Amino acid sequence: MLNIKNLKVSVENKLILNDLNLKINPGEVHAIMGPNGSGKSTLANVLSGKKGYEIQGEILFDELNINDISVEERAQKGIFLAFQYPVEIPGVNTNVFLRTSLNSIRKSKGEKELDTLNFLKLIKEKAKELGIDEKFLSRQLNVGFSGGEKKKNEILQMKLLQPKLSILDETDSGLDIDALKIVADGVNSYKKKDNAFLIITHYQRLLDYIKPDFIHVLSKGKIVKTGSAELALELEKSGYKNL
Amino acid sequence: MKNQNLNINQEYKYGFTTDIESIKAPKGLSEESIKFISNIKKEPSWMLDWRLKAFKRLKTLKEPNWQKPKYPKIDYQDLYYYSAPKSSSNKPKSLDEIDPKIIETYKKLGIPLVEQQRLNGIAVDAVFDSVSVATTFKEELTKKGIIFCSISEAIQKHPELVKKYIGSVIPLSDHYFATLNSAVFTDGSFVYIPPNTRCPMELSTYFRINASETGQFERTLIIADKGSYVSYLEGCTAPMRDENQLHAANVELIALDDAEIKYSTVQNWYPGDKDGVGGIYNFVTKRGICKGKNSKISWTQVETGSAITWKYPSCILQGDNSVGEFYSIAITNNHQKADTGTKMIHLGKNTKSKIISKGISAGFADNTYRGLVDINEKATNSRNYTQCDSLLMGNKCGAHTVPYIKNKNSTSTIEHEATTTKINEEQLYYCNQRGLDQEEAVSLIVNGFCKEVLQQLPMEFAVEAQKLVAISLEGSVG
Repeated sequence: MLNIKNLKVSVENKLILNDLNLKINPGEVHAIMGPNGSGKSTLANVLSGKKGYEIQGEILFDELNINDISVEERAQKGIFLAFQYPVEIPGVNTNVFLRTSLNSIRKSKGEKELDTLNFLKLIKEKAKELGIDEKFLSRQLNVGFSGGEKKKNEILQMKLLQPKLSILDETDSGLDIDALKIVADGVNSYKKKDNAFLIITHYQRLLDYIKPDFIHVLSKGKIVKTGSAELALELEKSGYKNL
Repeated sequence: MKNQNLNINQEYKYGFTTDIESIKAPKGLSEESIKFISNIKKEPSWMLDWRLKAFKRLKTLKEPNWQKPKYPKIDYQDLYYYSAPKSSSNKPKSLDEIDPKIIETYKKLGIPLVEQQRLNGIAVDAVFDSVSVATTFKEELTKKGIIFCSISEAIQKHPELVKKYIGSVIPLSDHYFATLNSAVFTDGSFVYIPPNTRCPMELSTYFRINASETGQFERTLIIADKGSYVSYLEGCTAPMRDENQLHAANVELIALDDAEIKYSTVQNWYPGDKDGVGGIYNFVTKRGICKGKNSKISWTQVETGSAITWKYPSCILQGDNSVGEFYSIAITNNHQKADTGTKMIHLGKNTKSKIISKGISAGFADNTYRGLVDINEKATNSRNYTQCDSLLMGNKCGAHTVPYIKNKNSTSTIEHEATTTKINEEQLYYCNQRGLDQEEAVSLIVNGFCKEVLQQLPMEFAVEAQKLVAISLEGSVG
């Protein structure tokens, strides 16, 4: 599904990712761990197509080189990024935003747009699955949301948009244990054989609830170690500095 | 109808011209052309005298020049002050008699005048250049004692009301453009709501400039008698031309005891092309008086068109406990300029005013909020709240906020908040990541920014206005 080959990324001539290779197949859950400044969030941004990076190497998504494809086209093709810091958009109802988003993606696939009524039915169902209060949907997007609410909103969007590849950028940071469980349940319930996850995290905590198939350790812009779920426990004990 | 010079511009979809024979006043500003207007409208002599008095006064006045957007000198002798479709020279008595070309024009604009296609629950007065060509739902309104007709008709049929109120809010000598309007005004709407009557539908006027080299001098007068309520909406469009055309309207609102007037404007005059050639000069005087106690006047404006918009819909809060509101969205793109805001004059006790202004600037445009809050000595316990937000798109446009605040007593309070922000790259990125393209994202963010104002519009028009906001900003983020 995703195949990253020799990826080099720099910002203002500063090299952040250096010769990174990663392959993710449908049905797999990959976790990327690493210390602050190792390039984790840069990887998430680059995969989503954010501007402002100089890029060498290849990013293939479903066999297609997406290096030059815009953010919205990547989203329409099924790449979803759960933001570390979800953005507030004042005056825009969460509902309206989610419907616009879903319909943009449906339109790009040549599917019919959902009308308000059918959309509300769908979104209420999804919210219920995640234990999110309906009232939340009529609030302005992320405005005045607590850290936990913002992250839950990201997971709700993921479940609504049904992406092929979901990238979670430190979704666990700043969450209390209950919110963490909701997020993990959201991910686990969406996990299917034809979609995949790339979970970026600083701590092992989230991985108590989501079982990754692979763990990669990112350090100084490179994947320095790849292992199974047990690697996370090891790292929790010994830290990153031995790598 | 010479010198059309129409431009091909996809974005302004109302830029077409209707090819129709018209009757025009002699070119230029003179007693002769004023007499021509008064005569063709079969006005009583008091009306002509009033016009001539204004004209005399005009000669002593100078055009103001304190505004931010400057413009080349207007040659007032090179304009036509009256232009009307020939077919309506004897005003049609029923819709069947209106020139089909005019009906077609309004249909193209989305304003059906024909009986079976009428907008539900909205009565429309359609003004084409200098004359009102049709007013719908008249009979239904008449049953309730509501008068909704063109000002020309009101001058003939309801002279006592017109005589009493015209010029009572905007005096003859007010300022150059208002006085010019008083001398040469051609048509506009007249509304009278009798006591304790709630107008059962939205009243609306649709202004269309068609003829070239013509100024449009609209005059609207709305009177809400004791305990009545009315919601009124105006919309405006014009063809695309290389020349600049002048629209200098006067709108007067009078709210008596316990009455409420809600006045909404969706202004979409031709803004000129991408290089700032052509477009309407929208120099308008709008003023309402809350004459009676507990009365309320609320202005809502969505200003997206015109080369230059220069207007301050204002409220004189004379009655005790009266309320004035001003909700504004002013969008300027390319080379458009706007200098707009409001004046809230507090005279009565416990009067309240609220100002919410949203200015959006893109391209090379310049957008100024200018507003006056004046609380008189006697207006004890009065309050004002003002919020001015500016949104900038790109780095070649400008936003300015010029508030004038006068508080002459110690029991009143004034609050003023102002913000200026640039459209946020992170917000755009977030929207893009959710599949929205750049234009959808801008539209969503800007509509969110304007929400407090948009939700003041009558529901039927809110959706249209949202679309207009998006269209006005097309191509403004690269």
